[in-house]
Amino acid sequence: MNKSLLSIVMLFLVSIAAYPGYTGAETLSLLTWKGYAPKVLVDKFETETGIRVNVTYTNNEEMIAKLRATRGAGFDLAQPSQDRISSVQKKYRIYQAMDIRKIDTAQIIPSMLASVKKNTSVGGEFHAVPFCWGTSGLVVNRKIAPDALDYSDLLNDKYTGRISYRLKRPTLIGLAFAMGKDPFSLYNDTDAYKALMEEVGQAMIAAKPLVKNYWTNGDALLQSMRSGEVHLAMAWDNGGWKLHAENPDIDFVAPKSGALGWIDTFALPAKAKNIDAAYQWINFMLRPQNAATFTNLERAPTASAGANQHMDAVVRANFDRSFPQAVIDNIKWYPPVPSKLEGIEGMILDKVKASR
Amino acid sequence: MADDMQIDLGVEKVTKKFKDFTAVKAVSFEVEQGRFFSILGPSGCGKTTLLRMIAGLAEPDNGRITIRGLNMAGIPPNKRPANLVFQHLALFPMMNVADNIAFGLQRRGEKKATVFKKVSAILERVDLPGFEKKKIHELSGGQKQRVAIARCLVLEPAVLLLDEPLGALDLKLREQMKVELKKLQAKVGTTFVYITHDQSEALVMSDQVAVMNKGHFEQLDTPKNLYNRPATPFVARFVGDNNIWSGHIRDRDNNTCRFETPDGNVFHISGDQPWRNGAAVDLFLRPEAMIIQPDPAHTGLNRFEAHIRSLLFDGANSRIIATPKNSDRELLVALPQNRQHDDLCPGDIVEIGWDKSSGICFATETETSP
Amino acid sequence: MTQHRKWGLFFFLTPVLLWLTLLIVLPHIDLLRMSFILETDTGETEWRLSNYASFFKEPIYWLTFVRTAIYSIIVTLLTLVVALPVSFFITKVARPGTRGFLMLLILLPFWVSELVRVYGWMILLRESGVINHFLLKLGILDQPVEMLYNDAAMILGLVYTSMLFMVVPLVSVLESLDDSLIEAAYDLGADMGTIVFKIIVPHATPGIVSGAIVVFMLTLGNYLTPNLMGGKNSLWFTEQIYNQFIASFNWNQGAAFGFLLLLLSSGIVWLGLKLSGQTLGKVVR
Ligand SMILES: Nc1ncnc2c1ncn2[C@@H]1O[C@H](COP(=O)(O)OP(=O)(O)O)[C@@H](O)[C@H]1O
Ligand SMILES: [Mg+2]
Repeated sequence: MNKSLLSIVMLFLVSIAAYPGYTGAETLSLLTWKGYAPKVLVDKFETETGIRVNVTYTNNEEMIAKLRATRGAGFDLAQPSQDRISSVQKKYRIYQAMDIRKIDTAQIIPSMLASVKKNTSVGGEFHAVPFCWGTSGLVVNRKIAPDALDYSDLLNDKYTGRISYRLKRPTLIGLAFAMGKDPFSLYNDTDAYKALMEEVGQAMIAAKPLVKNYWTNGDALLQSMRSGEVHLAMAWDNGGWKLHAENPDIDFVAPKSGALGWIDTFALPAKAKNIDAAYQWINFMLRPQNAATFTNLERAPTASAGANQHMDAVVRANFDRSFPQAVIDNIKWYPPVPSKLEGIEGMILDKVKASR
Repeated sequence: MADDMQIDLGVEKVTKKFKDFTAVKAVSFEVEQGRFFSILGPSGCGKTTLLRMIAGLAEPDNGRITIRGLNMAGIPPNKRPANLVFQHLALFPMMNVADNIAFGLQRRGEKKATVFKKVSAILERVDLPGFEKKKIHELSGGQKQRVAIARCLVLEPAVLLLDEPLGALDLKLREQMKVELKKLQAKVGTTFVYITHDQSEALVMSDQVAVMNKGHFEQLDTPKNLYNRPATPFVARFVGDNNIWSGHIRDRDNNTCRFETPDGNVFHISGDQPWRNGAAVDLFLRPEAMIIQPDPAHTGLNRFEAHIRSLLFDGANSRIIATPKNSDRELLVALPQNRQHDDLCPGDIVEIGWDKSSGICFATETETSP
Repeated sequence: MTQHRKWGLFFFLTPVLLWLTLLIVLPHIDLLRMSFILETDTGETEWRLSNYASFFKEPIYWLTFVRTAIYSIIVTLLTLVVALPVSFFITKVARPGTRGFLMLLILLPFWVSELVRVYGWMILLRESGVINHFLLKLGILDQPVEMLYNDAAMILGLVYTSMLFMVVPLVSVLESLDDSLIEAAYDLGADMGTIVFKIIVPHATPGIVSGAIVVFMLTLGNYLTPNLMGGKNSLWFTEQIYNQFIASFNWNQGAAFGFLLLLLSSGIVWLGLKLSGQTLGKVVR
């Protein structure tokens, strides 16, 4: 009698101890980008489901590194870009396949769902569904730099000391397109890709004196543009739109050689604990009202099918202004990145940073 | 002769205040070349402060300090021809003996060979030949002492200032160093200004001693005069031991007067002290001025009988504590160790005698103090 | 009795050994293993030294290390030059009452994270920053100048971040310096420079060396300050390690760099100890 009572208590204690982060309520650990889990939506989700949301902000590279270090444990849901999933998955197995039956597919724009499914499929199974999308292009102070139209202007000495971009792969790719090349078509020809990237790297080194700084933090870049320290930057469209709302002189400009289109997704880490909560969050975030709330806050359109009608007029105006149909057609969507390219790019970016 | 002696150090009305506390009050004195001059006073009386002003480590608020006739106002310590041996020596632990001694010479930019020669010569002088390469922590207390002095002497200062340099040594070594220091000073002929709270150090070594109390000089005199003719009750009390006996002056005439204690003892004292009849005075009587069982043939002594309370054996410095008949005033009396008094024990009654010239009176302190 | 002693020793040693193995040795063992592994294109792994070799083969890697090490040495020296008078003032000049207050002032910036500290400096130095604002207002400048994003700004930030780690050992070592040594030197004819170099610095050497080791290692291992304040030319070796791990997904190369950093910096510290005639034991004490 006594013994069995004791063992029940022990079992209870052990089960508490074994459950990390036990707080009495169910939790969802979310590994995502800054702004992707706005407080209003987190609160709404909590009241709706009773599930608490723990958010960790990061970027693509760190997301992969974190999940790789734990072999896919520690988080219930991650939001990598669609092009950074398949090769990583092949190599490190950090994600698990998505169960399409648990996802409210009616809420998702079919073409986007299909493309993400295709791009993230490894071994016949797909590993992500789309959440939002956007482009990288130029954010320009049009009053001072009305002629800045393409990535090549990032290397234009007209803007000496007023240029800022990241030392990350989109910069290399954008500049390659501006040189009239198509880096995506070389993804599977490592040597040719390397040669192209080296050419781009040389151009960046030559233009290094023109750069004010290589930005690393989006908020810091916006501050530099706002204060007039930077007139021309390579950045995300939504950042440009945010600044446009404050100062109409500043706006996002889709480069002539094509804005770089990315889609951020939902993906389940291999050892996610609370998969149910993860699916609930996915369906919750793609619900038209919620997706629109997100877009209104962050200016980034989503894959949610019915969100348009809930969007603010300003947000739609941004869109109409920056993305006429011809521009949309010209967007260069990132295809999945084969492994090895990151190493090549990293070396070139290090060389750019180290050069004098 | 004395008149054409050069004055090495002159101090005129020097005053130093710390906030509203006056540590040194209008002190003046002069030290002739080659003299061993001591300043003796209890700790906290301002000796170090005075010495630091001479060395230049502190600025006087008032007054003038001259060394060999030069006004020292505004001259920093590193430019003064005076050097200070610190209370705790302040040898540089990161240097060996030779580097410590060479430090000042190198600052003057003297040549290496000269420095080397001077260092070994001064080490010879202070009886530490061949100690050049020794580390400071390898030296004994007495050796450190001598290195500290050598470090200053090698610079041939006009005045060598010493701040209780023997304070940290044990008694035996201190006795020995006292003599050595005196000999060394005689040998090198440098003017020494030595401060101490130990009267025996001051008396043994000095040509002249200033007794300092609460920031001012009580008396400046030869050691002998300080002992025999203290000018103030403070000096009488501070230099040597004294019994103090309060009473009144009676029946004074030209040669003697009588001193009467409240408990009925009556003594004759020398009449050259200017007391009027009835004056309340303290009689200062040294233990060694009192003779136990004096020769009856010796007339002219003040005599009284006393009870022996206890015997304090301390070799050459042995004493008894005795109380005069009809009194409970305890007196310290020297007990010569010539075996003459070996049979004395507590409880005995002995006769004690003293010469009238060895009793010195000062007005009772409560009357004079403001 | 001896039995007791043995148990006592065991009792105190166990947590120390556990701590050493669990928190220090074990994580490094895996990294060490990783650093010797080469991943081929097909995803297979081989034991190779190539990760180490590539450090020496690619000038960009070892040049970055050399640059980082030289700047760390410069930062260490500058920190010493700034911290010595500050520590001297705190221990020897300031009154005991103000002493605690001054230490608090030095400590204060360390109550916020390094990121906040760096952003503080950026707000001051940037082109649209506080200093430029005042210089323009006062008419000293007629065009704002960019004071950030250069080596000087980076060194400034690194020195600022390192101050505390130099001041604390210096304060403790200067507290044990007898004032009378300084006065004695002054009395024996020394000027200020001689007092500093013959008395204060030799006495403070153990503190200087231990402070210098800490500052050097922290500076070498810093990531944020060079990256944020140094701007476009400020590639720091830690950033290269980070890039290997995070951007290039090359953990093996990153691990090798990590060990090279450990080895080379230990070598520099050893050299520094040799040159200053100190031993690690003396310094730690
Ligand atoms: N720097 C100082 N600030 C305040 N008071 C001081 C200072 N130096 C000495 N004094 C005070 O002055 C008096 C004399 O000190 P000092 O000259 O050191 O005495 P001595 O050397 O005779 O023992 C003491 O009461 C001491 O407390
Ligand atoms: Mg003193």
